[in-house]
Amino acid sequence: MSEPKKVTFPVEATHIMMFARSIGDTNPVYHDAEAAKQTPAGGIVAPPTFAQAVAQFDPDHATRPKWGEKWFGSGATPSGIDGDPPSSGGLHAEQHFEYRRPLRPGDVLTATYRVGESWEKQSRRAGKLSFSERLIDYHDQDGELVCRARGVVVNTERPVDQG
Amino acid sequence: MTAKDFKVGDLHEEVLVEDLTRTQLVMYSGASGDYNPIHTDELYTREAAGYPGVFAHGMLTMGMTGRAITNLVGAENVRKFGVRFTSQVWPGDTLTAATRVEAVREEGGERLVDLSVTTTNQKGETVLTGTATAVAAGA
Repeated sequence: MSEPKKVTFPVEATHIMMFARSIGDTNPVYHDAEAAKQTPAGGIVAPPTFAQAVAQFDPDHATRPKWGEKWFGSGATPSGIDGDPPSSGGLHAEQHFEYRRPLRPGDVLTATYRVGESWEKQSRRAGKLSFSERLIDYHDQDGELVCRARGVVVNTERPVDQG
Repeated sequence: MTAKDFKVGDLHEEVLVEDLTRTQLVMYSGASGDYNPIHTDELYTREAAGYPGVFAHGMLTMGMTGRAITNLVGAENVRKFGVRFTSQVWPGDTLTAATRVEAVREEGGERLVDLSVTTTNQKGETVLTGTATAVAAGA
């Protein structure tokens, strides 16, 4: 058994602002510190799905290009690699979060990654489906568990038929 | 602030996005750190991955659906939020979230509200189903 991967995730106001914009949420509680103080939140908080942005801080994240390494997206040709991508990350089938409290700028989280269950299923639209669970626990700077995430990713034998 | 009076059966509908743009997918890639080219790179997605074109991150649909929930309950009050992604979301899609109050209950001295949510596209296809639990303080 190897040690579970741990990633340090500093929660920053600018990142929360950009994340809120990217989900089309103009609520001042995500970007305006003065206005947020006047709300029941008492200051800027992160949107509920923000925990997933820990990907930015994961040195090995599979779907971020690494400088100097071949990338499976297009450049001169449709893909920069031959054959299948080493890990495209698959398609997201489910995502669940549990929170003890909202995340706030200034939090320094430690994300602990674990691999959960895996299982297979046959489908008409995409052939064999391989499901796997990814679990991440987020502890804050005081060692308190503040968020738990459970994702289910599916890798398909072929692209999903459309229609 | 007044506590919101959630009642079982209350329905709320919110348009999450009209005519979803590819640029929005680029924004989500940049903010979330998921740069999978199937969300931003048409050439790769059509010719290497075998899809008709780029499509939205499931987490973008979940994030936008979360907006419908936080607008109801307040972002600081969400305790649980979980979804299944049931269909792909494409550029040009218009998404609407329908939220229903399923229960209002006491637990550990707190008043909690359980919600169900279904997000559909302009064709009426369900793209996401989910549930959420929040402290019933109101947004």
